[in-house]
Amino acid sequence: MGKEYVMGNGAIAFGAIAAGAGLVSGYPGTPSSEIIETIEKYNDGGIHLEWSVNEKAALEVAAAAAYAGMRTMVTMKQVGLNVASDPLMSLAYVGVKGGMVIVVADDPGPISSQTEQDTRRFAGYARIPVFDPVSPEDAYIMIQEAFDYSEKYGTPVLFRPTTRICHGYASIDVPQKVAARAYEGFIKDSKKWVIFPRLSYLNHAMIEERNPKIGKDFSTYRANTCEGSGKTAIFTGGISYAYVKDVLKDRTDIKLCKIGTPYPFPEDFALECLLGVERVLCIEELSPVIEEEIQKLAGIHGLNIEICGKRTSDGILSGEYSADTAAQVIHKFMGEADTEKGIDVTDAPKLPMRPPVLCAGCPHRASFYAVKKAMAGRKAYFCGDIGCYTLGNAMPLDMVDTCLCMGAGITMAQGLHWTDADAVSFAFVGDSTFFASGMTGVANAIYNEADMILCVLDNSTTAMTGHQPHPGTGRNMMGDMVEKLNIEKILSAMGVSAIETVNPFALEHAINTVRKMADIKGVKAIIFKAPCIALEKNFNKLHISEKCISCKKCIREIGCPAISIIDEKVVIDEGLCTGCGLCATLCPVSAIGGDDGE
Amino acid sequence: MNKDILLCGVGGQGTVLASKLIAASAMAMGETVHSAETIGMAQRGGSVTSHVRIGAEGAPLIPKGEAAVMLAFEPAEAVRNLSYMKEDGVVIVNRIPVKPVTDSDYDGGVMIDYLKSKCKNLIVVDAEELCRPFGSSKFFNVAILGVAVGSGSTGLDRDKVLDEIERTVPERFLEANRQAFLTGIQLGGNYGVK
Repeated sequence: MGKEYVMGNGAIAFGAIAAGAGLVSGYPGTPSSEIIETIEKYNDGGIHLEWSVNEKAALEVAAAAAYAGMRTMVTMKQVGLNVASDPLMSLAYVGVKGGMVIVVADDPGPISSQTEQDTRRFAGYARIPVFDPVSPEDAYIMIQEAFDYSEKYGTPVLFRPTTRICHGYASIDVPQKVAARAYEGFIKDSKKWVIFPRLSYLNHAMIEERNPKIGKDFSTYRANTCEGSGKTAIFTGGISYAYVKDVLKDRTDIKLCKIGTPYPFPEDFALECLLGVERVLCIEELSPVIEEEIQKLAGIHGLNIEICGKRTSDGILSGEYSADTAAQVIHKFMGEADTEKGIDVTDAPKLPMRPPVLCAGCPHRASFYAVKKAMAGRKAYFCGDIGCYTLGNAMPLDMVDTCLCMGAGITMAQGLHWTDADAVSFAFVGDSTFFASGMTGVANAIYNEADMILCVLDNSTTAMTGHQPHPGTGRNMMGDMVEKLNIEKILSAMGVSAIETVNPFALEHAINTVRKMADIKGVKAIIFKAPCIALEKNFNKLHISEKCISCKKCIREIGCPAISIIDEKVVIDEGLCTGCGLCATLCPVSAIGGDDGE
Repeated sequence: MNKDILLCGVGGQGTVLASKLIAASAMAMGETVHSAETIGMAQRGGSVTSHVRIGAEGAPLIPKGEAAVMLAFEPAEAVRNLSYMKEDGVVIVNRIPVKPVTDSDYDGGVMIDYLKSKCKNLIVVDAEELCRPFGSSKFFNVAILGVAVGSGSTGLDRDKVLDEIERTVPERFLEANRQAFLTGIQLGGNYGVK
């Protein structure tokens, strides 16, 4: 293949291919999704590749294959590890035979996530090693090394890139395609593969004895480096290392120590770095992991060192670093003046805010609008979930009262119902999220006799993360056409008392259906079915005729990004309009129409 | 060549293709390139940026005050990212604003006036006018890239960029993209930066 300009996620994918991975599984989540998508492009069937229904399933599938000696990789975003933490914590005790790398992409900022949790912390909690790459190039090499360490110690390992690594581009020397490694096959041994309290006790002791040895091993690992000299040191890792490098440039009066393996901490390496050092600054995003390790070392070894970072409020407490914030922190620590560069924009005019919004023509807008109209004047709760439709919270729709985590909307609608039986409790869930973690919530509602309306916003894809297939789409990552799981039949089999499937753009029918459902007792479901507009190509664009009375109802009620006011007139941006017709449906004077005269 | 180029706009305007073309052309000229994109939730109508760093060994994000060229697809986004520019950097900006649903009062003209007061090298283009011959503003990303290359501020070779357009763009859109790029080149040439 030669040199390719690839996204960091592509570099991780190529690294796994080069390492001979035989099975790769995962669940989509920004910023991790493109790893599996890259492998799909280059897979000739030699790798079993799957979007699993959720992260827990993905990790379990890969763990068993690694028991059989196959090299396996699992991919997810940081909150996905919460879902997969049940198998992970136990797997850490059991161990693996084939190398198993769990790629968990963290999202400092957060840019597209619910939390700023730090997967390096999870590594310490699960007592397994974690690798932290500093660039796409580094990620390509490091993931191959991670497979080697995993096999060497018979343990699953975590690999933790952050958004700027995942979505940064660099050129990589991609290898000729390497076939999946040969593996021995599963050898039955219940003393090894069946977790029992006795096994956990023995293996826990083994792990606590093993980890300091891995820390010693890591002390000579190439990814832990020390540059420069002096009485002052900066400890850093991941993308922050690149920012610090940008600030220090060729400066050598500060020791720059890079930690590529935050757990088990390479103590011997760090102690050597700390020789003759009087002051330390830790620059890291998310949690003060390196900082606390240095503090521990200083405590154990009685080192008289000033240690600055998040815990001393010298480092940023949340959000991501940039070269500029890293420079500010470093200059303050060094007692040096911070140089202001570039054009001064402190006198800039007020800038428009641009919160993300549902696309023009998105069927979710019509679904939310139908429910809103149907419930006008009635007390109702709207529990949202994770996906594009979280954007239904924006004004003027304002149709998301709660959003917590994947699948939570369905169960939270039940919780609110138990506090207020007079209100109508709604849960909105997308099709992919329904399969990932929605079905257990429905079972819970039926079993415990809750009163709620489940709205499945079925656009036949996983839209927010880039249109990945799922069990309802009839296509999998091996390129096979498979039987579609039918949401209506599933709900019916579970015992949902009333189920209706509607087209959200048939607005009046949709509104009437919601009203009807609100008057039925028990667990009801409405499936709003219409394809994701981002996958549609041919549009009958609409425009506004001179009949328009500028009442602006279309703008006030649905918040479509294709409609705006220019020179006091309501206009439709034809570059954005998809002809969904929702605005035309609600226009009181029928001023909106298409080329075909409708 | 050491050159930091910043592209900014609103999700859906096509900044990503333009940044990929810049990166690929620079690589074809033998340069090392790093870049970073906005991907995910912010793509849905939010502010987006692409940082392209040619010849840099460092981080994927451009530090403030170091960008030599800005391709701004929207006037307010140009102002939002102006602090990344060198004082003598070249700012190429589209005059046509994208108004967010929540802020219909925003005036693009105010942003252009502000840019005029701040930038030593400002090129204001009109996406609608520029793209009228091609029937769609979808080609603006390649046209503004043409303006940048034509102005001489990017250090990129126009034939190398044309090669990459031919390699990247689907056959049925190729001719329109090529024409959009060449129209941009001609317009950029009128400014003749450097």
